[in-house]
Amino acid sequence: MSTEDTTSDGARARTSRRGRIRVTGFDSAAVRDRETFSADRTGISGAAANRRTKAWNRFKQNRSAIIGLAILAFMVFIAVFARPIQVSLLGEGFVIQPFQLAPHNTDTNLVAGNQPPSAEHPFGTSDLGRDIMSQVMVGARFSLAIGVIAVGLAVGIGVPLGAIAGYYGGWVDEAVMRLVDILYAFPFLVLAIVIIAILGQGFWNMIAALVIVGWIGYARLIRGEILSVKENEYVMAAKALGARDRSIIFRHIVPNAIAPVIVQATLAVGTIVLAAAALGFLGLGLQPGTPEWGTILSEGREAVIRGYWWVTTFPGLAIVVFVLAVNLVGDGIRDALDPQDEVGEQEGGFR
Amino acid sequence: MSSEPPLIRAEGLTKHYSSDDGLLDRLFGDTQLVKAVDGVDLEIEDGETLGLVGESGCGKSSLGRTLVQLEEATAGSVYYHDSDSGERVDLTELSSSEMQEYRKEVQFIFQNPDASLNPRLTVEDIIGEAFDIHGIEEGNRNERVRELLETVGLQRSHAGRYPHEFSGGQRQRIGIARALAVDPEFIVCDEPVSALDVSVQAQILNLLEELQEEFGLSYLFIAHDLSVVEHISDRVAVMYLGNIVETGVPEDIFEEPHHPYTEALLSAIPEPDPLWVRDRVQLEGTVPSPIDPPSGCRFHTRCPQIIPPDGMDIEQAVYRDIVGLRQRIREREINVDRVREEFAEGTSTDAVADALVGQEFDHPPSGVHRDRVEEALSLVAENNWERGRELLADHYESVCERREPVLQEDANPKACHLYEQPPTESMDTGSRQQGSADD
Amino acid sequence: MSLRQYVTKRLLLTVPILLGVTVITFLMTHLQPGDPVDVLIPLGANPSEEAIRQLRRQYHLNEPLYVQYFLWLKDAMVFDFGVSIQRDSLVSEAILTRLPYTLLLGVFALFIAVAIGVPAGIIAAVRKGDKVDEVSRIAALLGIATPNFWLGLILIFIFGVQLGWISTIPPSDVSVLDPALLTYMILPAVTLGTASSALLMRIMRSSMIEELNKEYVRMARAKGLAARTVIVKHVARNSLISVVTVAALQIAFIVDGAVVIEQVFSMRGVGRLILQAILQRDFPIIQAGVLMIGVVIVFANLAADIIYSFLDPRIRY
Ligand code: SF4
Repeated sequence: MSTEDTTSDGARARTSRRGRIRVTGFDSAAVRDRETFSADRTGISGAAANRRTKAWNRFKQNRSAIIGLAILAFMVFIAVFARPIQVSLLGEGFVIQPFQLAPHNTDTNLVAGNQPPSAEHPFGTSDLGRDIMSQVMVGARFSLAIGVIAVGLAVGIGVPLGAIAGYYGGWVDEAVMRLVDILYAFPFLVLAIVIIAILGQGFWNMIAALVIVGWIGYARLIRGEILSVKENEYVMAAKALGARDRSIIFRHIVPNAIAPVIVQATLAVGTIVLAAAALGFLGLGLQPGTPEWGTILSEGREAVIRGYWWVTTFPGLAIVVFVLAVNLVGDGIRDALDPQDEVGEQEGGFR
Repeated sequence: MSSEPPLIRAEGLTKHYSSDDGLLDRLFGDTQLVKAVDGVDLEIEDGETLGLVGESGCGKSSLGRTLVQLEEATAGSVYYHDSDSGERVDLTELSSSEMQEYRKEVQFIFQNPDASLNPRLTVEDIIGEAFDIHGIEEGNRNERVRELLETVGLQRSHAGRYPHEFSGGQRQRIGIARALAVDPEFIVCDEPVSALDVSVQAQILNLLEELQEEFGLSYLFIAHDLSVVEHISDRVAVMYLGNIVETGVPEDIFEEPHHPYTEALLSAIPEPDPLWVRDRVQLEGTVPSPIDPPSGCRFHTRCPQIIPPDGMDIEQAVYRDIVGLRQRIREREINVDRVREEFAEGTSTDAVADALVGQEFDHPPSGVHRDRVEEALSLVAENNWERGRELLADHYESVCERREPVLQEDANPKACHLYEQPPTESMDTGSRQQGSADD
Repeated sequence: MSLRQYVTKRLLLTVPILLGVTVITFLMTHLQPGDPVDVLIPLGANPSEEAIRQLRRQYHLNEPLYVQYFLWLKDAMVFDFGVSIQRDSLVSEAILTRLPYTLLLGVFALFIAVAIGVPAGIIAAVRKGDKVDEVSRIAALLGIATPNFWLGLILIFIFGVQLGWISTIPPSDVSVLDPALLTYMILPAVTLGTASSALLMRIMRSSMIEELNKEYVRMARAKGLAARTVIVKHVARNSLISVVTVAALQIAFIVDGAVVIEQVFSMRGVGRLILQAILQRDFPIIQAGVLMIGVVIVFANLAADIIYSFLDPRIRY
């Protein structure tokens, strides 16, 4: 402390003047020495344990999520190895996957129809005499493919649109969000049905319908996240460095806003499979006879009334198990990404 | 001072935000303008640190951001003097691609080290981003990042870590390294230590001072507390509600005479001197809304030294209370019902007014002032707010409400009517009607 | 913002949405590949040139698109969608005669959903973390994972085929006012309601947990108020606010469900009508049905927003 302002006679008068006493302890050399063994040492624990490993560790702790993951892995395995996969190239067919786990062929009629479950046909046979177990196994291919492709495309459309709307605001935002509002006025399945009515049936048309209805959810979700993430100072800092908008959006904003989208998209795979099955059941899915789970069930009502319960039970169970597994995994991912979040958003169901 | 033009010179810099969200608000005319920065002039010399002080919400951060074009100025200019080419450019006129060049000259250090580093990037990528954007130090990037880390007092080995692995002070050092990466001339430090522990604050302040010396930097150093800027600043500017109310070298700012607002800020600093006897100046209320700032001197709604009308014989504290009362009448914030409940039905309004004086005043007026105040309050008690307001305005309007004080042309200018104001033509002195604060 | 201003603003926001809904519905017939007149010709019919020209005139197909839209909109305002292509009746009549069945199903299902979902959610929240919570979590997950049409089929098999308690094919001529209709409604409503209750339960649980963590509830508990009183008085009521907001969502969910469930149980509802119309490419009916659903949902959302802003003024900003 310096007391250079004391009066000449040494007595210090009471005063209202400031600054007679100043703190001058800011000696930089001393500070340097101090901080090398104090401040700078903190937080050096667990070198480079990044958040992804941490999230994965949390996920591993979650028993039901791991069970869900195991079920999904099993179903993917079945889907791939149920029947051989052939690609044709230059007019020649190459078999890239030669295994056949399904006990029977699904294209042709094998035996008398409507056989109850037996050793030969564990899930029974259908009206047309097809082996239901084989159909369910091969059907996993269609259902899984529809779920993954439709969700992937919907995310691919919804996220950029929502991101741009949220980042720029203004009329772009106005336009995108009004479109989202309008599409939200139609229930998920009704809109999908109408789109199929316009486009016609078929694998890609069904995917198109599910994507047109599906993207709006992601657009809305990511826009909301981006509105809050873009207020962060690191976004401002990137601007101060002169970063371009594209790099700000995709390097700084989207990676920090994407977690809820990942959770939502995972859960949506289940939702989409359910929706596809409903479309199949209503006769608006794939061509009749395709072993897609919903399409197998399109004859379900007649079969049930005539007492052939196995025709509907097993494809339906496959759907339940799959969607359940997806939900377990999705919940697990959410808890892993955001451990303190107790509150579950609405999930499953349509949208 | 040198004959060199200042490095940064803001003229009439203005930043208004509009509060609308979307088309409908615009259609409805619901838009309100938040006048965060309202015509600020300032200069920063090469190698100088200008401290900018004010309560939160006074627009100092907006000023800092607008100065370096992080936000678009609503009006005014920011001239940057390029010492290499000798050119003077108005940053506000540049397109965003033209501005790109000057992003290397002006940089920003943020307040909150938790929010100013992207949690998903390593330190190396955070600092290296500057090199990627401007295509500098190619091939040498990683080495330069490590050098910068050493410059700001971190270790080379920290480059591969993520922000969450550091303490607050260390994160702020990373933020500083990022700003230094482009080798800037001028840095806005937006409350760089206010989110840190007191023990770490001094370290960061010292680092900033060392860097200034080493690299010849100029700073605009923003703080809400005068004590922080005292030893780092060459000059200090005090800001209130979008305007600068006093500037000067720290000695001038800390010595009397003060602008009344500066005085209030000063009195908030705890003094380590046990003989310190000055009362704390307690400001009434909070900073008024910048949507509809007070007329005349923007500080008049809270100023303890607001000037009574010429020749009026009144104690300052009483006058201050009357100013407060007038404002509450204007905002219709006087709780008449509560007083009235204590009286029987049909009690004369005079009695109610008398009780209201007791409720509203810390320093009750006497004599002629008491009569006028009671008259006005009985009007209020009769629900005639407008007449009550007019009555008091007729007698008690201050020059501070009527005329906006400006900064004088001297070394320690104060925008306040207590200090000599530069002569202006056509300023009203007698007529009460025009420019009345209550209009 | 005052409540009045908020409501006005929200109402005005609804206008472009409603317009958008009508535009999309109108464009359905025009988005098809091929001549729009094709969709007006019954399947398999082979009308003469003259008949086609007549159709074009009747549906203003020779006018520019926007004129067609406004003419269509003018009629749609008074619920005039012309004549069904496949059946010989007015579109509005076909829909209105079936609407009561769907409404009844929806109300019944919503009732079941609330009766199961709300108490289950409250119990799960109060017993958070223990066995009861775990069981209800799994039950809700199962409810979400189960396709509702499949559940319906199983119920038909058990109660219709095995036990023979209900007829698997409901008589088509039960009037809406006939109490016997209720017996045919039970299974469809249960099917639809349980799926919906799973969602409701999860939402109720999470909003209850949030509410229970709030300061005043802890205070009340600490003060020794009986746990039950606290839950009922403070919490359940507050949480119902959030249920109100998902009610609009539930309407969309139930409409979706109705389309499927009516098919499963062969009910004469609007959902089944629309589905049949789609299979027969009867566009006037599809348009009318879809427009009606869209408008109902827009207004349900509007109502939910307004009720919510009334209960919780913060969201107006
Ligand atoms: S002009 Fe008047 S109100 Fe403003 S600071 Fe000076 S004395 Fe106070």
